[in-house]
Amino acid sequence: MIYLDYAANTPADEEVIRRFCETERAYIGNANSSHCAGAASKELLAQTTNSIARLLGVLPSGIIYTSGASESNNTAIKGIAAASKRIGKHIVSTPLEHSSVKACLDYLRDRGFEIDLVKIGKDGRIDLNDLLSLIRNDTVLVSVTAVDSELGVIQPIKEISDIVRTRPDCRLHVDATQAVGKIPFSFDCADAVSFAPHKFYGLNGCGVLYKRRSVELEPLVHGGSGATPYRSGTPPLALIASCETALRLACEKCGERFKVVEKYNRELREFFSGYPKVRINSPDGAVPYILNLSVDGVKGTAFQKKLNEHGICVSVKSACSTDGKPSSAVLAVSGSRKSALSSWRISLSHLTTEDELSEFKEAFDACYREMTK
Amino acid sequence: MEKTALIAMSGGVDSSVAAYLTVSQGFKCMGTTMRLYTNEDLGLSRFHTCCSQKNIEDAAQVAFDLDIPYEVLDLTVDFKEKIIEKFIRTYESGGTPNPCIDCNRYMKFDKLLEFAEKNGLYYIVTGHYAAIEERDGRFLLKKALDPTKDQSYVLYSMTQRQLRHTLFPMGGLLKTETRKIAEQQGFINSKKPDSQDICFVPDGDYVKFMEEYTGRHYPDGDFINESGKIIGRHHGAVRYTVGQRKGLGLAFGKPVYVFKKDMKKNTVSVGDESLLFSKELSANDMNWIAFDAPNRPIRVKAKTRYRQAEQWATVYPNGADCIDLIFDEPQRAITSGQAVVLYDGDIVVGGGTITQVKRSDGSKESEENHDIS
Repeated sequence: MIYLDYAANTPADEEVIRRFCETERAYIGNANSSHCAGAASKELLAQTTNSIARLLGVLPSGIIYTSGASESNNTAIKGIAAASKRIGKHIVSTPLEHSSVKACLDYLRDRGFEIDLVKIGKDGRIDLNDLLSLIRNDTVLVSVTAVDSELGVIQPIKEISDIVRTRPDCRLHVDATQAVGKIPFSFDCADAVSFAPHKFYGLNGCGVLYKRRSVELEPLVHGGSGATPYRSGTPPLALIASCETALRLACEKCGERFKVVEKYNRELREFFSGYPKVRINSPDGAVPYILNLSVDGVKGTAFQKKLNEHGICVSVKSACSTDGKPSSAVLAVSGSRKSALSSWRISLSHLTTEDELSEFKEAFDACYREMTK
Repeated sequence: MEKTALIAMSGGVDSSVAAYLTVSQGFKCMGTTMRLYTNEDLGLSRFHTCCSQKNIEDAAQVAFDLDIPYEVLDLTVDFKEKIIEKFIRTYESGGTPNPCIDCNRYMKFDKLLEFAEKNGLYYIVTGHYAAIEERDGRFLLKKALDPTKDQSYVLYSMTQRQLRHTLFPMGGLLKTETRKIAEQQGFINSKKPDSQDICFVPDGDYVKFMEEYTGRHYPDGDFINESGKIIGRHHGAVRYTVGQRKGLGLAFGKPVYVFKKDMKKNTVSVGDESLLFSKELSANDMNWIAFDAPNRPIRVKAKTRYRQAEQWATVYPNGADCIDLIFDEPQRAITSGQAVVLYDGDIVVGGGTITQVKRSDGSKESEENHDIS
């Protein structure tokens, strides 16, 4: 098997797993308990949270632990909407968002919120002029992805933030799930940021939502005290500790990992240029981790299946889980429905090897010949 | 405008060929697949690969091959309310439901027409084997050319408006020709078998499905004979349908058949085959196609099951909505809940839902009398 779907999930780092096991064994107390076992857990929770905050460059009070990026997105979007519905009921987002953002917007639309989606340019970036024209005095939230998961386009968060800040009551939520741990990402511009460590060699079942202190948020999960008032439940200390390890490793090794992947990406782009029916959809400025392409005349799902027969794992927007329409991100950059429906995604890692890439190329060549006959 | 069509694509051969024929006749087309239920509605895990997912993928692939836009139309909420729940109600009250007819009648054509209009398309196209003919401003529903495939029975509920806006390209084709076209076009589903069972009960065990869905248990009860004597135990009256011989677990040295059910008393009556025969029925919810509701008796041919040859009968209208019908010869196992459809040659006169059957012994079997709660 050759795994080229690292944007969906990454294998957990050995050090991360070790940290999880050690913490799980050593800390048996609930961080909310008042005895010494609880106090030890609480102490570790505080330390770990401080460390995570330092790595992100934010205040520890802004860190909310969740079960994953989907919950972080839900908490941020529904929470901000609920807390500010007296101010306004207008939200602006993009067609590039993850389903956990889209679904929240649908949920809010059903409950009387007005949702506008900003246009996407040919470079896959959101049209800032369109954003400027959409945003209003009653806009309470702008939710954008930092890096979309299909094309890997880096959105101009700073410029978006400048526009959002012209409205005192509007908040900016950034889904940074494909950015944190992979590219430098500044938390300064946003009022709330979602991410999850399983995208950078951490464990599944854990996510983070950062929120600026001034942002009001209604919790989704009510109950005991939790780690913050915004999310109840016994703090999963071992997961949180493992998240810290993953984040630390990602920060330390970000530059080095980036370079390896950048090289692979260049190699692949060059390789694909030898195939006349291949169209690379990821723009030049996209993150190197994600490479989206179309093989002319072959449906993406069909090509993905064929590659899978060769043991190659790549990803494709599935028709069943959605409305069957082409991806709006790819449609925006390719301009053609057929090309958008032909698209599929390779996502790379520093763990990818040259051998794997050659094997992939061989398999691709065979599939290409067979499917474009 | 009139050369535009929305094609309902199930992912099967028939609707794929219907799509191909419509596109090649120069229509501006769009394809759609109706998502009728989710895995959860069927009690399956979300991760189960369901046949509906496969069907959507197949339909999307055919739309891709034909280069027409395609979108999934989500009807899961309506389907649950109007079809699945009615299906259960009918069984629980002693009838034998026909969910495919209900789906056409209460949902499919209305929703498709609405969706077509939303997309600026004049016609809806389906893969049904039936024909539509305009005569003196009236739209007639007729049998298909291929008598082994004719589906006019399940379409009896179509309104004039629906018929005006519907095309059945398969009406003039034989099934063998359909497969040939599909193979020539290289459609991935050209060898797919025809669908048979109730789509939302994939394993055919509708009682298990109903028990899961409602949380109710259908208790064992008595089999009784013609004179009311207990002759055995049954495993829930919903399991048996009028005319059933197999699977009763009774041995009398001669075949016995279910001829009546009493849901209130939870008894199932079995007896000689002759008890199944009846000449008279009443039906309601009549839909008249060939002409407006008649006000005097008419002679027609009629059938009370999909796979049955039509038989001569006289219809006595009882208001516009109801009829009493008397067959010239006794018919076997007429069942309440099923549809009675009236024909004049190959023209569908109209049809309705059977509410009451008068057995040759003079007893009545009807759905409403047997309400369980």
